[in-house]
Amino acid sequence: MGKEALIGRGLWDSYSEKVRARMNAPKHFGVFTEADAQAKGLKLVDVLHGSEACGDAVELFLLIDPKTNIIKEARFKSFGCGTAIAASDMMAELCVGKTVDQVLKITNLDVERELRDTPDTPSVPGQKMHCSVMAYDVIKKAVASYKNVDIREFEEKEIVCHCGRITRKEIEDAIVSKGLTTVEQIMEETGAGTFCGSCIRPGGHEEKNVYLVDILDEMLRKKQQGREVRSAERSFSDMTVPQKLKVLERALDEFVRPSLAADSGGLEIMDIHDNILYINYTGACAGCASAGRGTLQFVEATLKEKVDAGLVVKPYRE
Amino acid sequence: MQRIYLDNNATTITAPEVKAALLPFLDELYGNPSSLHRFGAETRSHLADALDALYDLIDADDKDSIVVNSCGTEGNNTVLQGVYYNVIKPTGKNHIVTTEVEHPSVRNCCKFLQGLGVEVTYVPTNREGFVTAEAIAAAMTGKTALVSVMWANNETGALFPIDEIAKVVKSRGALFHTDATQALGKVPVSVKSRNIDFLAYSGHKFHAPKGVGALYIRSGVNLPPLLYGGEQMGGLRGGTHNMPGIVALGAAAKLAKEGVAIEQTQVKALRDRFENTILRDIPDTSVNGTRVFRTPNTSNIVFKGVEGEAILWDLNENGLAASTGSACASGDEKASYVLLSLGLPAALAHSSIRFSLSRYTTTAEIDAALDIVKKTIARLRSISIAYK
Repeated sequence: MGKEALIGRGLWDSYSEKVRARMNAPKHFGVFTEADAQAKGLKLVDVLHGSEACGDAVELFLLIDPKTNIIKEARFKSFGCGTAIAASDMMAELCVGKTVDQVLKITNLDVERELRDTPDTPSVPGQKMHCSVMAYDVIKKAVASYKNVDIREFEEKEIVCHCGRITRKEIEDAIVSKGLTTVEQIMEETGAGTFCGSCIRPGGHEEKNVYLVDILDEMLRKKQQGREVRSAERSFSDMTVPQKLKVLERALDEFVRPSLAADSGGLEIMDIHDNILYINYTGACAGCASAGRGTLQFVEATLKEKVDAGLVVKPYRE
Repeated sequence: MQRIYLDNNATTITAPEVKAALLPFLDELYGNPSSLHRFGAETRSHLADALDALYDLIDADDKDSIVVNSCGTEGNNTVLQGVYYNVIKPTGKNHIVTTEVEHPSVRNCCKFLQGLGVEVTYVPTNREGFVTAEAIAAAMTGKTALVSVMWANNETGALFPIDEIAKVVKSRGALFHTDATQALGKVPVSVKSRNIDFLAYSGHKFHAPKGVGALYIRSGVNLPPLLYGGEQMGGLRGGTHNMPGIVALGAAAKLAKEGVAIEQTQVKALRDRFENTILRDIPDTSVNGTRVFRTPNTSNIVFKGVEGEAILWDLNENGLAASTGSACASGDEKASYVLLSLGLPAALAHSSIRFSLSRYTTTAEIDAALDIVKKTIARLRSISIAYK
């Protein structure tokens, strides 16, 4: 929240003059036909993207020189809001003079930057960035059509926030390196989700393969698992004294004391220093001659095997 | 550039009579009516006059309560949350019936109550854009505590058969609330049948300023306040009396009572002239919802093949203000839920524009607006992929 959110800017207030001008008088709107292409000795590509039902659709017409693969002319038609019209117009303009491989590198961010009046002020409000993504998608479709390949070849699976072109890796890295725990922190740190908001969680205007909430959940789960694994594998020397005692008592109960009890003996832990355990015999063992050597070796060997190979067991002396 | 305002369902200009009535309460009559001294005392007769006008406007009985508040949203929240605390929680009657096309202040408050465990049924409209009494009856169960149905829809102007619905609800022992925000001053609104328990509205939709509205509560029905505070409004709403607002609302109520006749004749004639000319001169246009049972000032039109926000942009560039139910904006790019509810395909819902007139709209403005609309649709259809 805060003052900006409370004032709540009107969507149209943040349009650049260039966006306004292209909304009012797009330079590249119109169509090309097969006849146009033939007359110029060029190849026509005509692709449609989106639908009226979604509230956004664009049709792109490219005339391409088949020898050089250079786009000679571009026109579009649009069913969409002003941003969609302005972005389509700029996209068409940026295509002209480039090869089909070069235009694949043009993104919605390039279009948005070209529409700026000054380098540091965005040309459209964040919520409107998704309208320019459509202009970018239609280019990929056009190139796929021209090259006669499946559009999925150009799909960018790693992109999560299409408006800001922010990848899954960038988001995951931020979560790990900054220790992020909320979606809001991810948005602030990476900018993902701060445009149209569709990639934050399901329910926005556009369906996504993966949402920020999913990535965060997954990363937090991994971190939690990592913690559990580490604590299970923690070496004896890293343990605190109470932890060491707990582990040792359990091993003694299970593997040592039953054998001693068979001879009516027992033992207790008196002290522990690093990896040296001091014990005292009780019961029958207390006065047994072999307790000093044979039994001690048995106890030490068992604990070395069951707890930690570096353990040394010594009789306790006051 | 001439500016033409055809967005009166969003808000209206404050009537000159209303403005004149409220101004003294900014300076010479600035006293607090709760005060004992002369400064306070001299305002109280004006408070009484204003309330008289509010009671008169909807034929309320003096035993009923009309709480002056800040807006329709406050009234709707007071009813829904109050019924939750007073009826739903203590009795376990855990069900609310409302429609798919209510204002967000009803819809989102219902969603909030769903989070508290209340069951809510959202009844869709028929193709005409309203909900029948039969449809409401069919949605009610033995557990229904409250039914909330708008008197008129903001987007299409469709009028709901409130008297019939209220009667059905009453006969089944539930409370009935109506959001009459879009009806006041446009069509006769009356609580005379005694079947309506709550009625909320906002003043700025009928030429009062923004920030003042009212909530009618039938006598015999208890509703806790939404705002706890002092003893103002009989303890039903704390907070110092907004005297400029209350006086303005009273003055607007008087105008609205007379204004219904003007709306039904002059405003309706202009609306029909506007609408009929568009249907005649611009191909592939149609009207959304009923053309019969609707507020006389509203016209919701589909312009096939062009996107609504693009239309609004061009209209605005030419000085004409109108509105869409959907905005191509964050999280809201879905088509208008009102138009989808009456069965319009999404593509046409995206191509729909609402024009709403007022008693201050002139013939010259309507004619100029028609020229602008024709020009806009012609240009955008020439760019459009979807119109050939």
